[in-house]
Amino acid sequence: MTTSSASDQPVLELTGIGKEFGAIRALHGVDMHVRPGEVVGLMGDNGAGKSTLVKIIAGNFRPSHGEIRFDGNAVHFNRPIDARAVGIEVVYQDLALADNLTAAANVFLGRELKRKFGPIALLDHKAMASRALELFGELRSETRPHDLVKQMSGGQRQAVAIARTRLSNAKLVMMDEPTAAISVRQVEQVLSLIHRLKEQGVAVMLISHRMPDVFAVCDRVIVMRRGEKRADKPIHETSPEEVTALITGAKEAA
Amino acid sequence: MAMPLESPIDFSNVSKVKWWRRGIFASQTGYVLAALLMLMVVMHFASPYFFTEGNMQNVAKNFSFIAIATLGITFVIITGGIDLSVGSMMCFSAMITSMVMVELSAPGSPFVHMAADGKTVVANVPGLILVISVLAGLLTAFVVGLVNGFCIAVLGLSPFVTTLGMLSIVRGLAYVVSNGRGSFPGGPDAEYFYALTSGDVFGVPAPFIYLVILAAIMAVVLHHTSFGRHVFALGGNEKAAELTGIPVVRVKIEVYVICALAAGLQGIIISGWLGSAPANMATSYELNVIAAAVIGGANLAGGLGGPLGAIVGCVLLEVIRNGLVLAQVNSYWQQTLVGVIIILAVLVDRIRSRMS
Repeated sequence: MTTSSASDQPVLELTGIGKEFGAIRALHGVDMHVRPGEVVGLMGDNGAGKSTLVKIIAGNFRPSHGEIRFDGNAVHFNRPIDARAVGIEVVYQDLALADNLTAAANVFLGRELKRKFGPIALLDHKAMASRALELFGELRSETRPHDLVKQMSGGQRQAVAIARTRLSNAKLVMMDEPTAAISVRQVEQVLSLIHRLKEQGVAVMLISHRMPDVFAVCDRVIVMRRGEKRADKPIHETSPEEVTALITGAKEAA
Repeated sequence: MAMPLESPIDFSNVSKVKWWRRGIFASQTGYVLAALLMLMVVMHFASPYFFTEGNMQNVAKNFSFIAIATLGITFVIITGGIDLSVGSMMCFSAMITSMVMVELSAPGSPFVHMAADGKTVVANVPGLILVISVLAGLLTAFVVGLVNGFCIAVLGLSPFVTTLGMLSIVRGLAYVVSNGRGSFPGGPDAEYFYALTSGDVFGVPAPFIYLVILAAIMAVVLHHTSFGRHVFALGGNEKAAELTGIPVVRVKIEVYVICALAAGLQGIIISGWLGSAPANMATSYELNVIAAAVIGGANLAGGLGGPLGAIVGCVLLEVIRNGLVLAQVNSYWQQTLVGVIIILAVLVDRIRSRMS
C-alpha cells in the first residue's frame, strides 16, 4: 500500500465553510485541505471554532455555507454514520468506550462480526479477538482483546479507541484532545500511535491544546481564532511562540 | 493493512488477569452463589426436611414464580433502566388471558359446541382457545412494553417515572376490565391451562422448566448476539453506544418489550397456580423482582447482570423464606431479612471492588 509522503490529491478539502447558530457566527469562510499521510494540527482557544469544524467534518452538523470534498467528491453528511461510511473516523475526547465490555468488544462496537447459523446470527468472538489483537499489534500496544476496558490504563484505552478507526480502513482520522487527560508516558504512546497511522498513509487531524504534542507529530498546523482560519503553515516554518501569539490574537494572521 | 512488525508484541508490562479474578469468580453473582450454597448446607443441618423431594419441588416452584419476570427485568437493568410496572403487568396479562379464555368458551362462541348432553361445552379444536387467550395476554404485555419503551427511548422520559405511572395505569386497567372482581380461567381448555402452568413433568414443576429454557435462551442472546452486546454497551456508556452507531432507541424499546412480555408470561403462570387472576394479584411484586435481580448481581447503574444472577437472586430469596418457615421463625421476619441481604450483597461487592 502507499505509505506516507503525501500525494498531491487531498483526501479532505473544505472551501468556504461557514456555520451559524441563530445569530452566532461560529465559523466563517474556512478553507483547508488534508493530504493522505499528513498529520495536521488544529489549534485554537476555547470558542475558536475548532470543535464546530470537527463536528461538521464528522457529520454531526451540516455547514451553513461552503463545500466539503472527500477523495475528490463533494459530500453531504446528515449523520455521523454517513461520514464514517466514506472513511472519516473520529476519536472522541472521552473515547466513547463502554467500560464494562472487553477491548475487542469495544473495537467492534456497532460493527460486530457475526456467523450465520441458519436464521440466527451469532457473534464471532474468535475472529473479533484475533483481528483486535492484530490491530493492537499494528499500533504497538500491549493490550489483550479479552481484558475489560475498565481495568486498562489511559494509553491502552486510547489504543482501543484508535484501533476502532482502523477497522474500516479509514482515510482520515480526527482526534479530539487525545492527550489531554493522560500521563506523560502515555502521551508518548499516543503520539507514536499517530506515527503508525501516518506510516500507513492515513491522514490525521489532531485537535489539541498541548503545544509540545502538536510540534512533536504534526506536519502542518492550522490555527483558528474567532471562527476563522488565521494560519496554515508547515510546522518547520513556525514556532510555538508564533502559534501562541496567533491563538491569543497577539498576532492577527500568518 | 498488514505491515511488517519490527518485533512481535510481548506482554511484558501487561500481565494476564488471573482466572480467579475475572469472570464469575470476581462477580457479585459468584459470591451470592457461594453464599447460597453455604446457606443450603446450613439449612440441611438445621432441618432434615429441607432436602426432601417435596420441599425441593416447593422451592423450585416458588422461585420460578418470580424468576421469569426477573430474567426480563434484568435486560432493562443492564441498560441502566428500571421497570416498576412488572407487578401490575403480571396481573393484567393474567386477567386478560383468563377473561379471553372464558369469553371464547362461552356457549355460542364460534370456538365451541355443545356436547350431546346439552350441558357440557366442548372445544371445536382442543387447545386453540388456550393458545389464543395466552397470546391475547402476551399481546397486552407487548403493547404496554411498547408504550414504556416509546416514552423512555423516543420521548426521553425517565424510566423510573414512566414505569411508575405505568404501574398505576395498568393496575387501574386491571380493575376496570374486571370491575374489581377476580377472573377465573375456565372452559374446555382450562385443564390444559392448569396442566401447563401448575403441572409437572417427572416431578419437575412446569414453571421451572420454562425458566431453565428461557434462561438458556437469554444467556445466548446476551453474550452471543449483537443485540446482547448492544444492551451491555448501552448500560456501560450510552453516549458511546450512540456515537458508535448502535440503534439506541430500538434497543431500548426492545428491552422494555422483553421485560413486559416476561412479566406477562409470569402473571399467566401464576394465575394457573392460583386458579384465578384476582385484581390485586402480584401487588408489589416489582419490588421482589428488582430485589432478586440486584441480589444476583445486576447493577442498577447499568452494564452488569445476567440470567444466572437473576436465578440465584430468586433462589436465595426463596430459600430464606422456606428456611424461616422450616425453622419455625415468625414469617414476618422474612421481609426484614431480605432487606438486609440486598444491602449485604451490594456491600460485599463494593468492598471487593475497593480492594482490587
